[in-house]
Amino acid sequence: MGETGGEIYISYLKHKGKYKGILSWLLTTDHKRIGLMYFFVITVFFFIGASLGALMRTELIAPGQTIMGPQTYNGLFTVHGIIMIFVIVIPGLSVVFGNFFLPILIGAKDVAFPKLNLLSFYLYALGAVLAVVSQFAGSGPPDTGWSFYVPYSVESSTNVIFALTAAFILGFSSILTGLNFIVTVHRMRAPGMTFFKMPLFPWAIYATAWIQVLATPIIGITLLMVIAERVFGIGFFDPSLGGDPILFQHLFWIYSHPAVYIMILPAMGVVTEIFPTFSQKPVFGYTAIAVSSLAIAFIGYFVWGHHMFTSGTSYFSRLFFSLLTFLVAVPSAIKVFNWVATLYGGSIDLKPPLLYAVGFIFLFMIGGLTGLIQGALATNIQVHDTSFVVAHFHYIIFGGMGFAAFAGIHYWFPKMYGKMYNIRFANIAFGIIFTGFNLFYFPQFIIGMQGMPRRYFDYLPQFTPIQFISTIGAYILVSGLVIMLINLFYARRKGAPAPANPWKGVTLEWQIPSPPPLENFDGIPEITRRPYFFGEDKADKKD
Amino acid sequence: MTDHIVHTEHIDRETGKLGMWIFLFTEMFLFGGLFLVYAVMRVKYVDDFHIAAHDLNTFIGTLNTVFLLTSSMTVAMAITAIQKNERNLVLFLIAVTLLLAALFMLNKYIEWSHEFKNHIYPGSKVLKNLPHGQLLFFGLYFMMTGLHALHVFVGMILLTINLVKVKTGSVNHEYYLLLENSGLYWHLVDLIWIFLFPLLYLVT
Amino acid sequence: MKNLRSHITGYSTYAIILVFLLVLTALSVVVTGYHLGAFSVGIALLIASVKVATVISYFMHLRSENMFLKVAVSGVFILFGLVIIITFFDYLFR
Repeated sequence: MGETGGEIYISYLKHKGKYKGILSWLLTTDHKRIGLMYFFVITVFFFIGASLGALMRTELIAPGQTIMGPQTYNGLFTVHGIIMIFVIVIPGLSVVFGNFFLPILIGAKDVAFPKLNLLSFYLYALGAVLAVVSQFAGSGPPDTGWSFYVPYSVESSTNVIFALTAAFILGFSSILTGLNFIVTVHRMRAPGMTFFKMPLFPWAIYATAWIQVLATPIIGITLLMVIAERVFGIGFFDPSLGGDPILFQHLFWIYSHPAVYIMILPAMGVVTEIFPTFSQKPVFGYTAIAVSSLAIAFIGYFVWGHHMFTSGTSYFSRLFFSLLTFLVAVPSAIKVFNWVATLYGGSIDLKPPLLYAVGFIFLFMIGGLTGLIQGALATNIQVHDTSFVVAHFHYIIFGGMGFAAFAGIHYWFPKMYGKMYNIRFANIAFGIIFTGFNLFYFPQFIIGMQGMPRRYFDYLPQFTPIQFISTIGAYILVSGLVIMLINLFYARRKGAPAPANPWKGVTLEWQIPSPPPLENFDGIPEITRRPYFFGEDKADKKD
Repeated sequence: MTDHIVHTEHIDRETGKLGMWIFLFTEMFLFGGLFLVYAVMRVKYVDDFHIAAHDLNTFIGTLNTVFLLTSSMTVAMAITAIQKNERNLVLFLIAVTLLLAALFMLNKYIEWSHEFKNHIYPGSKVLKNLPHGQLLFFGLYFMMTGLHALHVFVGMILLTINLVKVKTGSVNHEYYLLLENSGLYWHLVDLIWIFLFPLLYLVT
Repeated sequence: MKNLRSHITGYSTYAIILVFLLVLTALSVVVTGYHLGAFSVGIALLIASVKVATVISYFMHLRSENMFLKVAVSGVFILFGLVIIITFFDYLFR
């Protein structure tokens, strides 16, 4: 069904369509090329965002002013957040791997609306560019933090409206992508592939897409309201006009909490694909993982108030949100048990994808457990707005989603580019990244508990030793990332040709050539087996 | 070497409709944020909302409701007409829908002009001197009806495109997904107004 | 693509629905004339909800669509309702 054999096939990278040269990329509607274009932009912006982070860490290496003043620092953490969140991690795995692999994994030739897909990309690129332009145009880079809290976002004389517009456009791109993916999953599955015969990465993308569609519009209208406050003084959030600033927080977090599930669900989907392949046995608890993705998406809609425990909301509201926050941890924990059970008794092949996936479990668990500490009302008061929170979400987003992204890149790289990277260098990079990451972020939990505030460009002398260690950790982390990037970049140019199935995977993407042909399959496959079928003797007795 | 076109010219009808419905969900949540703000403010400023709402013309509001409800009927009828291949009727019904939409916008213009003449608009000094609840009511009024009017305008553009395409035949009784989806979008515009009307005009 | 629906909604059906909607509109205007205090919002929203359900079911043909879409549309409204209710957990109990 599509192995190269003696037949000539044309990879999607070499396919000659209506347009030539750069236009064949800029005007493509092929989901694989669109995925690669996103990949390119995201990689560039990731290193911009990481550099901004490294600059922040350098400022924090010692108390007092080191390389920048407070206004610059405030602008830095704002744009670092905007880029990382709206340009990298929210679109992140959906637009790169969702675009590239969702159609292939469900046996389709493309997404439901390929032209809309291209529009999503251009909106995304426009939003990303605007976010950068907001740094330079007019009255100075925004310094409100990526969360744009009122009243400061209304009062600040910086380019807030630019940044708000960038976020709005990025949100619109996210909505259209989510729409496309939902319809794709509903309408484009290959014959015989019922919902419960779909692999688990498509399940994750599907759950994520619903959040994209139903949560993002709320941030859209909220950003418009802030613009209305700045331009007209419309009053919704202004107490001097009768409004309520906490109403902004409600509206902001009604989106931004589900947004973190947009970030993590695809990541969970990626590692769920990796564990069976590198254990050579089916996923343990397929149904539980599929349903828990939907459960996380659903319950995650009702926990937003846990970002506001110290803002002055009612006691009843705080009780409710704390309870729901503990509840939403349950489906995530179920996944962790299932991943470990998948590995257990398997024929383990410790290649880079699995290294990153196992790293993901470890780091995600630390992030998740520290999230529960914040979810409890009493302890929240101690750690809110401290480095503890910063460490928590970096463990989840970077340690969780970031490591899952690296895992996915190392897993699917041979399929996407038809080249194999140097395994040894990939492993070395992993070791350096993992070490640097923990050296950087773990101590932040400690000083956070001790009272080190977040978003502060200066600090009390007692925090100096740990801030110093953290900064060294950050530098180590960045070196690891650079090694990883160089290894992959080199492989893209000069790597050995990769076979169709280097990892002995059993899902559909491994049954087609590396790189795939334009329409993915020779003919539309017919699905008869469940998705993780490694042969009768290795099959799980229960699904 | 063949030059495959990955997608056909025509999108499968059920696929296209599902896409439009999901887009409508996003629009519902977009306006939903404003409805949330309205709910919070109305509960807080019950009396001020009543007073401010008196400034609005219930007759014009009701008339606009009649226009939109009727336009929903005409655009739905246009779908039936194209299914029955009654091309001239389709053109007529779309034209009537457009006319009703234009009348709606005319009314909106009259209403807003009336408010502007009394120096009531977002950011005006008169507004800032009103009691808080009334100020917020007008803020909500302008933002909600403004965003809604923008959507009416987009709907009118979509309907006009359909008018042209029905005339040229690219939207016809075998392939009319564009008209059907534009109709769905138009109904959404109506749905939002059905909620806006009592919340803004019928506040006793 | 061939028509998947077995029947085409007649013009008169649509006209009857419109009359129904106009009657409800008139009703909601009349009801505001009465002093019902806190209930006035409730009744106005109730009538509006019936109108919305009618437009969705008949003009937007949800009645003849598949079960998934019916569940999804209901789910969207329920989800939004829950968000409002949960927000009021804060505002009502401050």
